[in-house]
Amino acid sequence: MSDLLQVELVAADRLVWSGEATMVIARTTEGDVGILPGHAPVLSLLVDGVVDVRTPENETWVAAVDAGFLSVAGDRVSILSEHAEMSHEIDLERARHDLERAKAAGENDDEAAEAVRRAEARIRAVEKAS
Amino acid sequence: MALSLREYRARIKSTESMKKITRAMELIAASRIIKAQQRAQAAAPYARELTRAVSAVATYSNVDHPLTTEPDETKRAAILIVTSDRGLAGAYSSSVLKEAERLAQKLREEGKEVDTYITGRKGEAYYKFRQRPVVQTWTGFSDQPTYDVAHDIGETLIAAFLNDDETVASEGSPQGVDEVHVVYTRFVSMLSQEPVATRLLPLEVVEGDVELPPLYEFEPSPAEVLDALLPKYVQSRIYFALLQAAASELAARQKAMKSATDNADELIKKYKRIANQARQAGITQEISEIVGGVNALADATAGSE
Repeated sequence: MSDLLQVELVAADRLVWSGEATMVIARTTEGDVGILPGHAPVLSLLVDGVVDVRTPENETWVAAVDAGFLSVAGDRVSILSEHAEMSHEIDLERARHDLERAKAAGENDDEAAEAVRRAEARIRAVEKAS
Repeated sequence: MALSLREYRARIKSTESMKKITRAMELIAASRIIKAQQRAQAAAPYARELTRAVSAVATYSNVDHPLTTEPDETKRAAILIVTSDRGLAGAYSSSVLKEAERLAQKLREEGKEVDTYITGRKGEAYYKFRQRPVVQTWTGFSDQPTYDVAHDIGETLIAAFLNDDETVASEGSPQGVDEVHVVYTRFVSMLSQEPVATRLLPLEVVEGDVELPPLYEFEPSPAEVLDALLPKYVQSRIYFALLQAAASELAARQKAMKSATDNADELIKKYKRIANQARQAGITQEISEIVGGVNALADATAGSE
């Protein structure tokens, strides 16, 4: 068994990122999990949030994802989400703008709450990466 | 040859400008096909991973999910017809509508009532013209569908499928159905696209011929994972159908426009030939008139001498 993870970050309409990593951190419905090489096979649900990928060169890639799921099997990690964006692709200004608009739309609205979470995740991703 | 030369020239000119238009449409379709195929390829990893995950859950757990359970008795079926927004694509829209017609006929013979859902303006217009009821339509994206549209369609169809109340359409949610079918055009190659009808719901989880998936742990629980996965699986299948239909539409348009351009070429050639004939006939007539005139003049002077 190699000591690296093969990571694929897949959105519905494209492959967002793929490569090797030493660790992946993602937020599931049960809380944050860190995946290291040799992890047991697991299928779990993700919530809107930030995914952290540490590469062997000690770089950190951060991506904002929508609710999706994570599957780990034999050092292959697949993160599937309908929408996923790498931190360097995110337009911070627009994310902030979206956040404000979503917040203004109302607190009780389910859809607005979802939009707020999504925008927050994107902002967090950018801040974490910088 | 009743028409004058001038009229033939006008016809040639209009045919030529028509040819320019069809030629431009052909080239546009050709360049968009490549993009459509790239999009279909880009969507493949997601569909593949999703299928793997679903078949893993299906293999290792005995959870019954409403989306996979066959109803005891099917009385209503829904058909989603994927057509194009614009015409000029040869028989593309009509062949998919014909296939849908066939499926609806078959379902009716089995004693089911049929609800129709449509994407694309052509299908919408077809049903509106015949004054047939349509539950819902989505338009404006046929040549480059986005995942959001598939998501929207998927949610509507799943809601209809999960709705048990079959007699009355309740407020805001469509009438319940027991089956959902999709009719779309499959992109076989640039030269051939065939309309196909497949059943979307209840889901038959295709356990691919992949090796046995690893023994997964499910978090939080198999049932909840399945709950989240299956709607996504349905949406991804719909997205796949939309992408295939988009590529097929563009290929059909390219083919239709290519034959239109060829026909225009042929027509121009024919008109040119007739126009030249008319021109030559005119010249011949003029010469024979002149010769005739000269002869008459010569005869007249010869007679007077």
